[in-house]
Amino acid sequence: MIGLQHYLTVSAMLFVLSIAGIVVNRKNLILLLMCIELMLLAVNTNFIAFSRFLGDETGQVFVFFILTVAAAEAAIGLAILVVLFRNRRSIAVQELNTLKG
Amino acid sequence: MLHSVLFYVFAGVMFGAAMGVVFSRNPVHAVMFLVFTFFNAAILWLLAEAEFLAIVLVLVYVGAVMVLFLFVVMMLEVDVEAAKRGLTRYAPLGIALALVMAIELVNVIWLRGKIDSDVGGFVATPEGYSNTEALGAVLYTEHVYAFEIAAVILLLAIIAAITLTMRKRPGLKVQDVAKQVATRAKDRLRVVRMDAEKKQ
Repeated sequence: MIGLQHYLTVSAMLFVLSIAGIVVNRKNLILLLMCIELMLLAVNTNFIAFSRFLGDETGQVFVFFILTVAAAEAAIGLAILVVLFRNRRSIAVQELNTLKG
Repeated sequence: MLHSVLFYVFAGVMFGAAMGVVFSRNPVHAVMFLVFTFFNAAILWLLAEAEFLAIVLVLVYVGAVMVLFLFVVMMLEVDVEAAKRGLTRYAPLGIALALVMAIELVNVIWLRGKIDSDVGGFVATPEGYSNTEALGAVLYTEHVYAFEIAAVILLLAIIAAITLTMRKRPGLKVQDVAKQVATRAKDRLRVVRMDAEKKQ
């Protein structure tokens, strides 16, 4: 019988994998964005599992809003990426040192 | 029984596709793996009877956001060779971090969790239950304020993305439509009176 714990385990695995991806692919900005999308997917799966478990639709409404904000974030992030590439001809993270932070 | 088999199959495929996203060298392949991951996640959501969100994930997320990713990946000529270099240096750290977190989370979910295994199963939904209808019933009443804020956020994203990527290139030979429409024949054409010439 598939229940809450199975869904939580799957989304935990996905989340952990995307964290590993952020550490491993730390040079490529576009892969970092993709790993963040994976993380959001894991969180959404958690929300849906709990919503189904508690029989409350509010969790699914949350997922709806997370998808909206994630779409906006992806659009603006990719726009910034395109502008960055236009100015620097590279999207490598280690070369973004203009601010000398 | 069939439900469990489907869950395990699609969860396994999703995990494999996510591995592909993280560890593939080519960014285009990574986006394709991400699309595949989203499809499998949508099937898992369907199995949890969140039909509306599963369809939204495929239509909106895969159909729009992932295509945007694909466009950007193909537009930027990313140096794959340079990205490959030094990839393995931090791989042990990443894998160790992931393992620690995985052990912690599994511990919390399975061992420390207060969820009884037979209570942890999902209860069956009542006859004639419509997920879309139930979602709409709370979305447009209780959460209507958040819904409108979401609309404003999307508008903001449109404006931000367009203003960021729009650029004026000087010296570009483009037509000025207003000038073309406003022009009159007598500004362009000069009628000259001259005598007829003899045939050669």
